[in-house]
Amino acid sequence: MKFKKILAVLMTAGLLLTSFAACGGGASNSSGEGEGEASTEAEAEAEVAETISVGLVTDVGGVNDQSFNQSAWEGLQRFRADTGSKVSYIESKDESGYAPNIETFIDQGTNLIWGVGFMLGDAFAQAGLDNPDQQFALVDYAYAPEDIPNKNVTGVVFATEECSFLVGYVAGKMSETGKVGHINGIASSTMETFAVGYYAGVLTANPDVQIMGQYSNSFSDPAAGKNIANQYYADGVDIIFSAAGATGNGAIEAAKEQGKWAIGVDMDQNYIAPDNVLTSALKRVDNALYDVSTKMLNGTFEGGGTEMYNLKNDGVGYATTGDHIPADILAEVEAVKNDIIAGNLKVPATAAELEAQFPGKYDMPPVEEQ
Amino acid sequence: MMFGASDIGLLISSTLTYATPLIIAGMGSIMSETSGVVNIGIEGKMVIGAFSCAAASTLSGSPWIGLFIAILVGALFGLLHALACITFKADQTISGIAINLLAPGAAIYFCKALFDGSTQTRPVELTGKLPLVLGGVFPENSFLDFTFKNYVSVYVCLLLALCIWFLLFRTRTGLRVRAVGEHPRAAATLGVGVFRIRYFCVVLSGVLAALGGAVIPLSTVSYFFPAIISGQGFIAIAAVIFGKYKPGNTVLACLLFGFCKSLALSLGNPKFELSVSVHLLSMIPYVITLLVLLFIGKSHAPAASGKIYDSAGH
Repeated sequence: MKFKKILAVLMTAGLLLTSFAACGGGASNSSGEGEGEASTEAEAEAEVAETISVGLVTDVGGVNDQSFNQSAWEGLQRFRADTGSKVSYIESKDESGYAPNIETFIDQGTNLIWGVGFMLGDAFAQAGLDNPDQQFALVDYAYAPEDIPNKNVTGVVFATEECSFLVGYVAGKMSETGKVGHINGIASSTMETFAVGYYAGVLTANPDVQIMGQYSNSFSDPAAGKNIANQYYADGVDIIFSAAGATGNGAIEAAKEQGKWAIGVDMDQNYIAPDNVLTSALKRVDNALYDVSTKMLNGTFEGGGTEMYNLKNDGVGYATTGDHIPADILAEVEAVKNDIIAGNLKVPATAAELEAQFPGKYDMPPVEEQ
Repeated sequence: MMFGASDIGLLISSTLTYATPLIIAGMGSIMSETSGVVNIGIEGKMVIGAFSCAAASTLSGSPWIGLFIAILVGALFGLLHALACITFKADQTISGIAINLLAPGAAIYFCKALFDGSTQTRPVELTGKLPLVLGGVFPENSFLDFTFKNYVSVYVCLLLALCIWFLLFRTRTGLRVRAVGEHPRAAATLGVGVFRIRYFCVVLSGVLAALGGAVIPLSTVSYFFPAIISGQGFIAIAAVIFGKYKPGNTVLACLLFGFCKSLALSLGNPKFELSVSVHLLSMIPYVITLLVLLFIGKSHAPAASGKIYDSAGH
């Protein structure tokens, strides 16, 4: 019985320790200097322009998550190299870490505090209320003006229909079977944007291509992604675009096993299957952080709004790693991209807009918003 | 459009894909539960098994080395649970929770240490995955091809279930394991080493749970990432309870679950032109589970399951 008591005490101590660690937020990295040549230039510039300090509170993924947190930190590292400003990050171990991590940056006198992911939405809105003079910005969140009375929290969103349109255009041009596929995650208006943009891109490239698309109802079920992909490939589909988080990893694996094409999402996913990932629909979180931070440095930043990142300001794009897209198609995609930027081509962002442009082509289930 | 033969073949192979990790981990759960030790740490052991296997496979280039490392790591975590619950008589549920918290953290820590700070391992080459059995035997894209061309893990897991059934219900060791799980004191008075039997079962349970996780990065995908195991460990435990702690029934429960998941995906395929809400489709597994529960009756856990055994009679 003695052992049991000792064990109970040890376990309690262990649990307490981990909860403290979670509050503290764990790894922190900060540096005021750039690297290599960039830093000397930056320092010279820094004497003219004032520098600022920028902090990044990551979501639970951490800065090496091969996703948005990593992209965000890359953007800030570039910002540091170019301007000599001070940048640092704190990784959140879980949801309870958001507020204390924001607090840490406020205590350090950070000029601009970044967050990554809609999960941090409430924590940032609250921090904005409590600290009227502090500037905040959050990736993937569109705030209503009444939520931010102090005009000090900026939401940053991305025109994902535009990058989905471009990869759809590539798929429409490159499909040899005349059938392409789309695997989506959990139905929501945000996720529908990917599907709508993709369908529009495919149909713009070739109105005769047939598109199969469905929701997998999960962002974390690679077996589902693989099973759907196997079924589509068996039905004659030769290119599949997945916008479904880790579920899409299964679809890429199916492409790799069967020697078909897959299209990645968010980040350049070519590294997963270099011979089979045709392109990826990119969300350039790094460019958004760089851009907003630079505006802050130059004093041209007005907080409180929602910043839209699209093809025009390099907020979204497509990947060409692996050089799988033939030069003539690549030239066409670039032309289409310039048309979108110039405003000559309007990319639909909702199912209704798509239906108006291509009647009867979109058959994904409707999104029921609460 | 109606279901064709090839669609049914795909549905079967998809069912097997889903069920394989559940069956292997479920056998682990059965071993531990039958000997009277509750093991809710299956999920954590699957995570650490998936990671250690993916890491060892990609670093060595051989899936067999990966599986061997997963077995060692699984045994280590099984030993940890056995040490806490059997020797130190800690609460079995708390020890399981501790393992579920510890294992994913350890996996990510070692992943970052081994793979340049990344939370994913490098992908395993196609040749470094488990072998595909019966590939190219049947005409491509035929019913037989879709049904029987599977990773070797699919067939091995069914064999494994047979072995576990044989071990528990046809050998002297199995009888002892069941006796220890039902009434350890009675077993002890007949000269059965309760601690030894339980240690054996809990360590084996850790090994099997780790293997259940390990087959995923060698078949379904080709690398480890933090979301690779998301609830399968708990579903495996549910399947064991659903299957009344019997290997055969547990296999059926795992297959039923895999079938329901796959059916929901198949029915979502736009070619069938079913305008059913995705929310309704995703309810299929749970509705069928409830229906089956109505007919199978009560599931009885081994009588001594979860109870601490003290040889001194306290």
